[in-house]
Amino acid sequence: MRRVYDFLLQRREAGIFVMIVLFCAVVGLMRPRFLTLDELRIILLLVPLIMIGAMAQMLVIVARHVDLSIGSMLGFSAIVSGMMYRYYPEVPWWTGFFVSVGIGSGLGLINGLLITVFRLPAIIVTLGTLSLYRGLTFIVSNARQIDRQYIPSELKALSQTSPIFGIPWIIFLAFGVALATYLFTMHTRVGRQIYALGSNPVAAPLRGIRVNSVTLMVFTISGALSGLAGILYASRWGFVNPSNTGTGFEFQVIAAVVIGGVSINGGVGTVLGTVLGVLLLGCVSAALPLLGVPGTTQNAIYGAVIIIALLIDRSVRQRGIAALAAQKARA
Amino acid sequence: MPDVPITDVTQPLISARGISKNFATIEVLRDVDLDLMPGEIHALVGENGAGKSTFAKILAGVHRPSRGTLVLNGVPVEIPDPIVAQRRGITLIHQEPISFPDLSVAENLVLGRTGGGPLDLVPWAQMTRDANRLMDLLGVKIDVTRPMRGLSIADQQMVEIARALASDSRLIIMDEPTAPLTPKEVATLFAIAKRLRDEGRTIVFITHRLEEVRVLCDRVTIFRDGNKIATENIADLSDVDIIRLMIGRPLKEYMHKMGAAIGEIALRVEHLTLPGYFADVSFEVRKGEIVGLGGLVGAGRSDVARALFGVAPAVSGSVVVNGKAVVINEPSQAIALGLSFVPEDRATAGIFRSLAVEQNITAAIPRQIAPGGVIRRALETALATDSVKKLRIRLASLRQPIGELSGGNQQKTILARWMLTNPSVLILDEPTRGIDIGVKAEFYEMIGELAAAGRAILLISSELPELLALCDRVLVMSEGRLTANLSRAEASQESIMHAAVPQSGEKAVAA
Repeated sequence: MRRVYDFLLQRREAGIFVMIVLFCAVVGLMRPRFLTLDELRIILLLVPLIMIGAMAQMLVIVARHVDLSIGSMLGFSAIVSGMMYRYYPEVPWWTGFFVSVGIGSGLGLINGLLITVFRLPAIIVTLGTLSLYRGLTFIVSNARQIDRQYIPSELKALSQTSPIFGIPWIIFLAFGVALATYLFTMHTRVGRQIYALGSNPVAAPLRGIRVNSVTLMVFTISGALSGLAGILYASRWGFVNPSNTGTGFEFQVIAAVVIGGVSINGGVGTVLGTVLGVLLLGCVSAALPLLGVPGTTQNAIYGAVIIIALLIDRSVRQRGIAALAAQKARA
Repeated sequence: MPDVPITDVTQPLISARGISKNFATIEVLRDVDLDLMPGEIHALVGENGAGKSTFAKILAGVHRPSRGTLVLNGVPVEIPDPIVAQRRGITLIHQEPISFPDLSVAENLVLGRTGGGPLDLVPWAQMTRDANRLMDLLGVKIDVTRPMRGLSIADQQMVEIARALASDSRLIIMDEPTAPLTPKEVATLFAIAKRLRDEGRTIVFITHRLEEVRVLCDRVTIFRDGNKIATENIADLSDVDIIRLMIGRPLKEYMHKMGAAIGEIALRVEHLTLPGYFADVSFEVRKGEIVGLGGLVGAGRSDVARALFGVAPAVSGSVVVNGKAVVINEPSQAIALGLSFVPEDRATAGIFRSLAVEQNITAAIPRQIAPGGVIRRALETALATDSVKKLRIRLASLRQPIGELSGGNQQKTILARWMLTNPSVLILDEPTRGIDIGVKAEFYEMIGELAAAGRAILLISSELPELLALCDRVLVMSEGRLTANLSRAEASQESIMHAAVPQSGEKAVAA
């Protein structure tokens, strides 16, 4: 029992998991409907885009950077894909994946080049491109929405069902990206180099890590995954709107990543923690309408959740360190 | 395996020929010739700034020599960076090891060593096995799956040594490894170093502690002012010989301050202790007196100064300022009591780099220039102009960012800042470091004038001629304790160095 307790205190992931269980239990007591399969489906449909964005953001933050432009990269790649469907209805429905991911990668690469070649801080570069890419979205689309009838029905079907228990494909896709990110970060050399770079940027080049290549790669992956999220946005909602699509995405994603225990100081963060952070955010989003909280209050609640999660984490971790010291003393 | 051929024990492993190094226009190393033999532990000793660490860094590829060649196993080689050094079998272990705190010990061991493409899989199981094998080889118990963060410095050094063994380094350089270690950890380190020597490896050991040179090393090389002075078998030199070789430079003449009247006690410190940094430090400084504080880097001198000024307060002991017992827990209290402090590290702790010179000058007197919270620009400018004139600070404009001034003029600006607080006690930590000779002389004059005006001055300096020229008394610290309190007559290069260098079998005494 003692060991279980120590383990829970030391593992960040366990802490978030406990938070999710407690949250669901409390909401379930107040609104029993929250604990049904239907509601689980709603939660799972809320999270895929955030999950994909969070994987990208996790890599960036582990490398001790931040990418604020992901929402705008999402919007721009989605609008271009949507316009392609509108002007060339004859292209196969899956073309949008390549277009969107390709455009996203290009935008991410531009971020990466500005950061590595000109040695600009990522927070400023991506704040600039957050606005720049959003502006380009308005310009290329003439500020016109891509309506439902232009989005191929096969694409929209990805978010509705699949042969496997009728769970929509988009959910598998999101968890697939998470699994791939796990393998990448934990089992490839370059994946570990991202952690080394974030953990000690001064020492990294002394140990033969090509800092610029790794940084460039991380921002390009961030763009590519934002592009993937862009085409999935079209699938999930069936339209692309230049002013709404992806707006505020960076906020939700960074929130999920930070709740998931990824350290803003770099070098620390796991895929499991990030996934749990995304799920906690999903549960909160799904619970709010059930509890009768108006949509206008949502942002305030999100913000509060981040701060509360950080406060809980801080006190839990301090106790964890104490527990570790006690364990050592006992040994 | 590194591309190092099997070594012949009668030939040097590595020979330095005419190695020189300049940083900008300053020559820090001049024509050094040195042969390091396989199977020896070779000590490098010298005063701070003598060039021993620079030489070690050149061997390890951290710096490139400005002139000269390195010959490894009879073949001239280039060592452009630490990775090449490691591939050639040379590892430098820093005093505070460089590591990736969030990665596991095992990962820290292999990072940068394994070949292969970026997407190659990380062989976790094998990595852990190899790391455990290395730890067993060294005979230390470190869980290789735990993160580096939180390991003691001694354990971090062991990981670094393990890393050197992982790449089968033939030359392992340790830069003052024992300074942060406990005696027991030192014993472990020495045992391992001797074993590595007996395997035919070369260990270069940089240290300030002569007793360690004697216990551990086979040969010793003495550096002074960027020159190699001598290389001898340790058995052929006494401690006194080594100290003489370390300091034997001609004494430069400076004017001692005009006989200022020495008055009452301005600052009295009793049994000041901060565990891990300094212990039981007691001394006093009188009005009009310049008291020097000598010793080697890391002896705890700056820590005492920082404690007095409330930056990192001591945990026990008492401080009396102008006859009043005080407790100083933060710098603002110290300033209010009439203390001022010119810190050692001007760039990070002294100047506000991007602010104008005039704001830097008035930074310590916010109340005076801003009665009621609003800054009176005219007053600020007037005070700054006055200071610039008095201290002869050379600048283009008062509005110029201080970062654009030369080091000497930056230092004068900081001094000007503290003069405006009208301090009764002035603590100067290495005030003339990195300042050219001309400005230095001006500084000495100013320090003398300040004392003559009745201020008490505590001057921390690693430059012996500076201490001897300026001070009425010289205190010496060694390993966190006061080891000497020398009058002007007693103070000499020899007496200061004897007290500063921790020696065999001599106990530190609190003065």
